[in-house]
Amino acid sequence: MKRNVAIVGGGQTHHAARRQDVSQPEMVNEAVLAALKDANMTMDDIDAVLLGNMEFFEGQHMTDCWLADSTGAFGKPGLKITTGGTVGATIIAAGAHHVASGLFDRVLCIGFEKQEEGDTNAILSGVAHPLFGRSMAGAAMGFFAMLGSSYMANFGATEEHSAMVAVKARQNARKNEYAHLKLNIKIEDVMNSRMLAYPIRMLDMCPASNGACAMVLADEKTAKDRCKKPVWLRAMETAHNEQFVLEWRDTSSTAPKFSDVAATRVYKKLGVKDPASYYDVFEIYEPATWAEILWYEDLHLCKKGEGFKLIEKGITEIDGSIPVNPSGGVLSTNCIGASAMLRIWEAALQIRGDAGGHQVPRDVHRALATGYGGTCWTVVTSLSDSLED
Amino acid sequence: MTDNALWPFEVEQHITAMSKYYAGKIGSRFYITLRDEGKIMAVKCPRCGKVYMPPRETCGPCFYNMKVDDMVEVGPEGVVETFTQVHYNEPVIPREAPFVYAVIKLDGADTGITHYLGDVDYENISIGMKVTPVLENERQGNILDIKHFKPV
Ligand SMILES: [Zn+2]
Repeated sequence: MKRNVAIVGGGQTHHAARRQDVSQPEMVNEAVLAALKDANMTMDDIDAVLLGNMEFFEGQHMTDCWLADSTGAFGKPGLKITTGGTVGATIIAAGAHHVASGLFDRVLCIGFEKQEEGDTNAILSGVAHPLFGRSMAGAAMGFFAMLGSSYMANFGATEEHSAMVAVKARQNARKNEYAHLKLNIKIEDVMNSRMLAYPIRMLDMCPASNGACAMVLADEKTAKDRCKKPVWLRAMETAHNEQFVLEWRDTSSTAPKFSDVAATRVYKKLGVKDPASYYDVFEIYEPATWAEILWYEDLHLCKKGEGFKLIEKGITEIDGSIPVNPSGGVLSTNCIGASAMLRIWEAALQIRGDAGGHQVPRDVHRALATGYGGTCWTVVTSLSDSLED
Repeated sequence: MTDNALWPFEVEQHITAMSKYYAGKIGSRFYITLRDEGKIMAVKCPRCGKVYMPPRETCGPCFYNMKVDDMVEVGPEGVVETFTQVHYNEPVIPREAPFVYAVIKLDGADTGITHYLGDVDYENISIGMKVTPVLENERQGNILDIKHFKPV
């Protein structure tokens, strides 16, 4: 990057299935005020405002218009960004590019979703291919169901392995005051939960959450002058697959896959040989349990086909040697437009040592965050407390 | 068969999506007051004094979050700031063409709202004309609780 970029502040709402007490502007404003407070800034310090959510999820286009007052965007330059599930990470990438380029010094990035206000499954069917896919589309679950079936058939994992991911997420969420699904569950609870689309059960899926996240990005000078614990954005990579390329769901395929490709590019950029030891914590985008197991492999934390052994051995638990999603992840909180940003913000909190109850019990210097957008693309973001690595 | 011997084929799709929007503190008081008392509430920014109609949560220029107690009754009369007559029908518009739209600034407000003009001859409308709202008798708590504005 032309200039170094740091996260100098951030904040989030409490996430919940119901936020009938607030309008969308009021909910988004909660996260904005939290981020400004954390950054020790006022809106006068902000050069530009970038906002995003899942397009049309609440039946509202151009949400940057409706929310201009409450986001603080009034009269300021800015962008509305929509890239599906990845949007929160895309906003951070776009914000970082604007700071790195020298165009702005301080950029406010906001991601949100108020899922209760729209017909999100209907709108999601509009993500499917309009000529060939839409009649078979129903929310995001089908993709993960087929992925899980394929994975079990190819590698010998069982439904109990995905249930372990479900338990880890909700038990971690109980330590996170902002998380939505704080469930004290065991493997048998997951196995007994309602089957939705084999092998995905109710507790294998993320909830539909309401919530927002906001972060302030700044140039190196601002970060060093004004921030006690800047977290540096060291590398970001985005990679796409095409929707009808089925490699992602055929887990035996060795063809290039968006998640693997993006991670490999990040590692190459930073000279990472062994990501499991290079990073101290991971915050990944797992709308379904099987997605997390696949991420282990795509991020090269283990060999292909061995991801389920990491969860089986407890390696990715909050106190394991490779902690993954100590926040509870997307499985516990999915306010779509905020979810990928929450991965980056939670990773930053871990590096700052400010994660509170779900802080991992080790020194955290580096963290990796991922997103899923639609079904076949990702943004991978690498964070560090140092500019030297 | 050659490519240009093919005729265009259309694939029909249809998506129905329902929405409901929680109106927030300011919006809730606006709609409840309109429905139950037939009064129109705006909100006044305590910082800059601007009176917003329709009301909103945050004063953009001040980045100040206004409170329910900052709401003030405006109107009911106002003036036409600009207007047009619409000559086509759209399924989303609850009026049959021809009908008249106007931006109306209610007395005491600094910003105008868009609404319909009724009980008026199009040829006799003018900018600056004084108008007053005609309310529904059975109000539901939506913006069409004001049927339209008519000349004073
Ligand atoms: Zn003001």
